[in-house]
Amino acid sequence: MKEATGLLAREKGRAFVLAGGTDLLVRLRTGFIEPDLIVDIKRITATRSIDVRSNGFRIGAAVTGAELNEHAKLTKAWPGVVEAANLIGSKQVQGRCTMTGNLCNASPAADSVPALMAAAAKVVIVGPKGKRTIPVEQVPVAPGKTSLKKGEIIESILLPKRPPRSGDAYLRFIPRTEMDIAVVGAAVSVTLDAKGMCTDARVALGAVAPTVVLVPEAAKALIGTKMDKAALDALAAACSAACRPIDDKRGTSEFRIKVAGVLARRAAQIARKRAGGK
Amino acid sequence: MPLDSTLQGKRDFKVVGTRPLRPDGIDKVTGRAKFGADATAPGMLVGRILRSPHAHARIKKIDTSKAEKLPGVKAIVTREDLPDHTDGDALLYDVLYNIMAREKALYEGHAVAAVAAVDTRTAREALKLIKVDYEVLPHVTDVDEAMKPGAPILHSTIFTDGLEPKPKKPSNVVRRYEFGHGDVEAGFKKADIIVERTFKTEATHQGYIEPHACLANVGPDGQGELWVCTQGHFMVRDTCARLLGMDISKLRVTASEIGGGFGGKTTVFIEPVALALSRKANRPVKVVMSREEVFKASGPTASTSIDVKIGVTKDGRITAADATLRYQGGAFAGSPVEFGAMSAFACYDLENARTIGYDVVTNRPKQAAYRAPGAPMAAFAVESVIEELARKVGMEPIDFRMKNAAREGTRSSYGPTYGPIGLLATLEKAKQHPHFKAPLSPNQGRGMACGFWFNFGGQTCVSLNVNSDGTVALSVGTPDIGGSRASMCLMAAEELGIPYDKVRAIVADTSALGYNDVTDGSRTTFATGMATILAARDAIKKLTARAAQIWGISAEAVTWEKGYAKPAGSNAGNFPPMSIAEIAAQAGATGGPIAGHHEYSADGAGVSFATHICDAEVDPETGATKIVRYTVLQDAGKAVHPSYVEGQFQGGAVQGIGWALNEEYIYGKDGRLQNAGFLDYRIPVCSDLPMIDTVILEIPNPGHPYGVRGVGETSIVPPLAAIANAVSAAAGVRLTSLPMSPPRILAALDRKAAAE
Amino acid sequence: MSAIHVTTKINGDVVDYVCEADETLLDVLRNRLGLTGAKEGCSTGDCGACSVTIDGRLTCSCLVLGAEADGREIGTIEGMAKGDELHPLQRKFLEHAALQCGICTPGILVAAKSLLEHNPKPTETEVRFGLAGNLCRCTGYDKIVRAVMDAAQEMRRA
Repeated sequence: MKEATGLLAREKGRAFVLAGGTDLLVRLRTGFIEPDLIVDIKRITATRSIDVRSNGFRIGAAVTGAELNEHAKLTKAWPGVVEAANLIGSKQVQGRCTMTGNLCNASPAADSVPALMAAAAKVVIVGPKGKRTIPVEQVPVAPGKTSLKKGEIIESILLPKRPPRSGDAYLRFIPRTEMDIAVVGAAVSVTLDAKGMCTDARVALGAVAPTVVLVPEAAKALIGTKMDKAALDALAAACSAACRPIDDKRGTSEFRIKVAGVLARRAAQIARKRAGGK
Repeated sequence: MPLDSTLQGKRDFKVVGTRPLRPDGIDKVTGRAKFGADATAPGMLVGRILRSPHAHARIKKIDTSKAEKLPGVKAIVTREDLPDHTDGDALLYDVLYNIMAREKALYEGHAVAAVAAVDTRTAREALKLIKVDYEVLPHVTDVDEAMKPGAPILHSTIFTDGLEPKPKKPSNVVRRYEFGHGDVEAGFKKADIIVERTFKTEATHQGYIEPHACLANVGPDGQGELWVCTQGHFMVRDTCARLLGMDISKLRVTASEIGGGFGGKTTVFIEPVALALSRKANRPVKVVMSREEVFKASGPTASTSIDVKIGVTKDGRITAADATLRYQGGAFAGSPVEFGAMSAFACYDLENARTIGYDVVTNRPKQAAYRAPGAPMAAFAVESVIEELARKVGMEPIDFRMKNAAREGTRSSYGPTYGPIGLLATLEKAKQHPHFKAPLSPNQGRGMACGFWFNFGGQTCVSLNVNSDGTVALSVGTPDIGGSRASMCLMAAEELGIPYDKVRAIVADTSALGYNDVTDGSRTTFATGMATILAARDAIKKLTARAAQIWGISAEAVTWEKGYAKPAGSNAGNFPPMSIAEIAAQAGATGGPIAGHHEYSADGAGVSFATHICDAEVDPETGATKIVRYTVLQDAGKAVHPSYVEGQFQGGAVQGIGWALNEEYIYGKDGRLQNAGFLDYRIPVCSDLPMIDTVILEIPNPGHPYGVRGVGETSIVPPLAAIANAVSAAAGVRLTSLPMSPPRILAALDRKAAAE
Repeated sequence: MSAIHVTTKINGDVVDYVCEADETLLDVLRNRLGLTGAKEGCSTGDCGACSVTIDGRLTCSCLVLGAEADGREIGTIEGMAKGDELHPLQRKFLEHAALQCGICTPGILVAAKSLLEHNPKPTETEVRFGLAGNLCRCTGYDKIVRAVMDAAQEMRRA
């Protein structure tokens, strides 16, 4: 890892980190980027494993979508995160793509990022000046731009330990059933108390603003409720209100605003069910 | 055409109608089959094409001097290297202009220069070093905008044909067409109910998975070879030779295996450029399009704007039908509006019908054929109005269609009177089909539509050689795009009375056969098939003559039965039957090799009809649509290889589903294509679809010895309308624009809610 | 960037090659090793025609650098039949007429084989989602799905 960050820091030209490569190679191939240096991090041990720790999970930066899906404990604890990661591309892409790559692309439509934000995930960054840990929402700053500095690499993603009666879910809207980029994405993570009251919630939306956004107002709409119809209506309204979308080839602004609320409501219902709510 | 039509109907087929494995199957499942990009040659160079970034621009200067100096660059070609040899042939000049821009670049992606270099990286670098001085001009990509006065004009040479008097000012309208009969105004006066609507469809691409690819090799002696994925290598040869000023005899073209075409590989794009590069470099040059180039610089189909007006009496009889169709076909003349206007009302028995079509140019790539070119959009508009009218008169749409359906003896809306046709048969079968009565779930709707396609015959030349062991080598000149070699073997085997696996069919190169038209117009199984049958009959005549010679009796006294020559009767002599293998073994001693041939312009391609039924489910909160059930019923005349007939039905239906729901060319305000890739040009994926049920009907075509009709294209004609009718029923609101993408459906649902 | 020497295994055979640092595995297979069974339909991972396996995992070879194959095991369509015996999927594709033009067929076969290795008894829906990364424009997928289901059944019996 030290060698990798050193290479990146020393390169005077255009340097890129290669993990799964499912985005990097497309950009390379289309001539969008012309690297002077590509650093493949897949053979660095620290990037390759999923570790179960007392305080949660540590997911190496080069762990693929398919590997996440095959990890029973992770899938049980964070089904929403895993399902979001598994929505990136086809089976072919799943064998290569990584959540860290998805995050570092800084696309507002990245599927795994809303789920990671809703999960309150953090990333461990290694750079020439050592290690630092920051929340996921501080990584993307604009379309295609992250807060990482020259020579820095995300080594791993940390997911917190789940309290009992917790559940998460991610839904996205695409015109087909597979192979599309999200037109809208919505992730919801909730924790319930023994009576089914929502005690904690985080909600994040994708493809409705320049970056993936956390929507605290939407979370507030759920906390302290039994996630009944009124709460879900308030959640949907808060989500639609938080949208700052554009019209593009994938959907209209109007469509995104409306569907963000619809998906958030549906995702919240799944998350509640996974948390054991009735 | 002297045809043995007595063989029809009652004929007891031995092998035709069975489902044997295709002869090219092993190669295709093992990765051995050689497609366009799979060829190599010693010393091969990589060819790359520089394309215009502008939708419309004057090309003031092209400076290639820097690129020429780059080590590894072996040839650069611009418009200067492709002088005009077209000799006043306006259509060919358009092809020349399309493959390499001349005074103007007319669309984003228009070829401007090309490079041949030792490797991809050098070729890519060289393209960057070519300096093109553009004067950017205003552009237009929408068909209705292009027709408006004051629209940017693409060609100062277009003065609308078909208008009286002929306009004095140039415009983007190439030509006005009109078809029909009767008096539509009088017809509308007799109507109790009239529905009139306007429809729009976006341009779509054939979406073949194999990008255009070729390998050209021209020597300083002017002789050349070309390996290419195409639907018609004879067309490629003749077009390239003419564009490059070569003798046709000096260019030999071999058709590779072809990875899909659907009409999109019926013209040339990169081939003349590759030949020009090779000629200049004196080295083999391979050119392969990227997927982005395929979208931007091959031949998608037209986008359209269509008005339809139909009147009916209270009891459901159509009194008049009128349509105006506006199709843009890209930067050059030739949108498929003529076929759209001819086919729009072809399913109906009409007293008064009129269609007017406008062929319009815009700053988009020049369209190429796409499966039943022009017809699906027209059927979308007409069949949507038909469904609405049926509801208004209180009839089941299927009964309304049956009441007004074209039948034998109907004068078609485009002119000819129909012979035996299968439209009513498909409707009757549809009505009996379990799908028709199956219950629907909430948010689901059912729609149906009918479709028509002309089918085509064309120039065909086939050679059938009887080998010394009695097996048969069949050479055809129409590329096999979906299993046609199997069908040819079946027909040859049927006619000769020998097993299927004793015939081997190949697609011969251009030096081996006379001219063959392109594999298009659903013509191959019909026309090449008929030529194969007639070549087999020619061979049989020779085989029986040889048997007669051996037996010392007259040729007329010998007949052919189940692969054997036999004396015609007891008074002809008493000889044991002689097999094809026995006759072939003696060929050297009885006059030499035995071969059958047939060369002709095939006539009598029977028209074809289909009825499709579709169930769609619409999510009212998101506008997402799912096709939950789909059934195709189509007349095949005679299904030679039923599996491949079903495959054509299914493939056409699914291309229609993509067109109806998601596929579209999306242009920005800058006139550039925004979705030139399979990520955002969304063709259906496996998980989008249900099984596609098929019903093959066989109403024999009197123009073919076995009754075969073309089947490839008709299947894409009804889906747009069938799906629109299903989605409209599910959503409770009529959708009149394609694609019916979720944002469009949701917006329509919102408008409906606001109105209620 | 400079050329890289790679030692890998392809369909069980050790293979050495030199490739450019930015060259894809697909280009290496097709242009350097003559293995043209993997097809380039898009070069963006959207069509699946270049599908191969790397260490048993399905991937698009257009999304992998040739240099990354070092020390791995690559499986391509060329290694699917064992000698003169076709894989059941290959046979079923022929029997069901599950191909028309055949350009997508190698990629679909590689993907279907991987699918059945992970899930020997897939439902129709699982087959459809399992093959969603492979575009076919000719068949409408109907006969492909039937062929895969039929092959799965036969392989379970074997």
